[in-house]
Amino acid sequence: MRFTSVIRVALRALRRNTMRSMLTALGIIIGVGAVITMVSIGNGAKAQVEAQVASLGQNIISVFPGSFSSGGMRGGYGSAPTLTPEDADAIMAEVEDVDAVSPEVRDRNQVLANGLNWNTNVNGEGPDYAMIRNWRLVSGAMFTDQDVKSLSKVCVIGKTVVDQLFPNEDPIGQSLRIRNLPFRIIGVLDVKGFSLFGSDQDDVVIIPYTSHMRRVSRRTSISMIQIQASGPEKLDKVKQDIEDLLTQRRKGREPDFTVRTQEEIAAAATQTSKTMTLLLGAIAGVSLVVGGIGIMNIMLVSVTERTREIGIRLAIGAHGRDVLTQFLIEAILLSSFGGIIGVTLGIGASELVSYYNGWPVLVSTSSVVIAVAFSAAVGVFFGFYPARKAAQLDPIDALRYE
Amino acid sequence: MAPVVHIADIHKIYESGEVPVHAVRGVSLDIHKGEFVALMGASGSGKSTLMNLLGCLDRPTRGTYLLDGIDIDKLDRNELADLRNQKLGFVFQGFNLLARTTALENVELPMLYGRHRRHSSAEVRDRAMHCLDIVGLSDRSDHFPNQLSGGQQQRVAIARGLVNQPHVLLADEPTGNLDSRTSIEVMGVFQKLNEQGITIVMVTHELDIARFCKRNLILRDGVVVRDEPTHDRSIAEEALGLLHQAEAAAKLTHAPAA
Ligand SMILES: Nc1ncnc2c1ncn2[C@@H]1O[C@H](COP(=O)(O)OP(=O)(O)O)[C@@H](O)[C@H]1O
Ligand SMILES: [Mg+2]
Repeated sequence: MRFTSVIRVALRALRRNTMRSMLTALGIIIGVGAVITMVSIGNGAKAQVEAQVASLGQNIISVFPGSFSSGGMRGGYGSAPTLTPEDADAIMAEVEDVDAVSPEVRDRNQVLANGLNWNTNVNGEGPDYAMIRNWRLVSGAMFTDQDVKSLSKVCVIGKTVVDQLFPNEDPIGQSLRIRNLPFRIIGVLDVKGFSLFGSDQDDVVIIPYTSHMRRVSRRTSISMIQIQASGPEKLDKVKQDIEDLLTQRRKGREPDFTVRTQEEIAAAATQTSKTMTLLLGAIAGVSLVVGGIGIMNIMLVSVTERTREIGIRLAIGAHGRDVLTQFLIEAILLSSFGGIIGVTLGIGASELVSYYNGWPVLVSTSSVVIAVAFSAAVGVFFGFYPARKAAQLDPIDALRYE
Repeated sequence: MAPVVHIADIHKIYESGEVPVHAVRGVSLDIHKGEFVALMGASGSGKSTLMNLLGCLDRPTRGTYLLDGIDIDKLDRNELADLRNQKLGFVFQGFNLLARTTALENVELPMLYGRHRRHSSAEVRDRAMHCLDIVGLSDRSDHFPNQLSGGQQQRVAIARGLVNQPHVLLADEPTGNLDSRTSIEVMGVFQKLNEQGITIVMVTHELDIARFCKRNLILRDGVVVRDEPTHDRSIAEEALGLLHQAEAAAKLTHAPAA
């Protein structure tokens, strides 16, 4: 039979039982809709994580104190207080293809200014920190090497701190007090948003790490070293060199540090959201299969109901293949129709979720294409058995069927 | 000239039930082009079974069947389907039109399969229209079966049977579901087609319907017990005229306009 007439016949057969076709398609609609929504939510989460990873900066390598197995990135964070500013200096001085290094000391402190107070992150960093993190300043400037050397009491603050302590004025030139020491504000950072681990990166006061260690926290070790390599292709080599250097500096002691490239951090961080996407997709996929069984069920009913029609067609010269195609096309049309509506509904549901829950939702073209193709495949898979049953009917038996 | 249908000592035994049923027990028959055969017999005598064999819808248990010189026994399922499509036309007792499908599309149906599938849709349409015209229903082409009377439905079915220019038109009790007047009308269509050279084999158990044919075969218990030309053949046009006069006399219809 010509293809156009096959389609026409199939559409007519579906229209003949509009209500039934709709209900059958509903199974697929719900299945595909669920797949699209779930995968969109999963993808949204993944994209957010990726954006956060990118916000770490470019070609970043981080050195954490303590030796811990891969994956358990936060496990022993800061637990082995052995990383020193000298380690950072050595990396800068001796490792090739390193553009910048910033030691980092982290702490939380009560900060006072303007008669207001706020509990925030007070981090000690090197002067290159803003550059490494690709973090622009909206006003003022980052502190300098000189400030680090002289343990200056200067700071650069994030947007959240500005909002909390200087709601209606320009903070530049004013001072805030940390542990009763006045720090002059010399710069305000651009908005950075939430970090990989859900903390507000703009809720921060950054001071020279030397000032932090001597004046604020009185610590001798640092929390982390941030390193920027000169190019993405250098990352692995630089990482290896850093490991070698630090091992050598420890003169045979157990390695008490961990070096991670940005990619490794990203991989660990996106793992969860990837697993989530897969899990949500799988659950939604089950409903798609249930929808497919619905199609099979209705197609079997349809074959039985139309036994006589099949008999007529066979008697008049249809091959088994013609009948098979006819019913298969019907099943595919039914499921693809459901698939297209399901995609529309799924996109709508994703938008609603992101609108009302504020979740990041990302409808990817590939998930749409895959969902539609998969629903058509469901039609083929679940339509095949009924269609073959129709094709194998004996013409006389079919004609005699009441 | 070689016969269109040649069957020799054909048997059909149904094995499906508990006891095998020997429905056709050795029928030999030649039917030539242009014949108009009535197959008669009591219910259960094997008429439909023989028709199914002739129509290549079923295979004989024993015996040979040559349709147009082709040995049916050597063909597979698809080749049989093609043969039915090209050489045979079917008319059934229950019309067997596709529901919710217009008369025209029903007639187009055989052209959607077999070697005709390559015809353009305009060509298909034209040929279907032409066949509807032959049976006098071209003005009803867009009607659905449930909008047509029984006689009209059967004429659509005949048009469908004709559309691939078959060598033989097979009809199993084509008037079985029709009243006597429409039966005669349908027989008129058959006679007209037969005059144009189409070979027709039909089953009927009504003697007066069989008299519209040219040759009468009588089947009893699966065997042909009589095979003779029709005596005193009826002509549908005359029969209709007589019927009309009788109805007019009984005031059922208007008298024919002067
Ligand atoms: N599919 C079948 N299975 C078993 N027996 C059948 C089948 N079809 C017909 N018969 C039997 O074959 C005999 C002839 O039937 P059939 O050809 O239909 O007779 P007719 O059409 O002359 O009334 C009957 O006894 C009938 O019961
Ligand atoms: Mg019968």
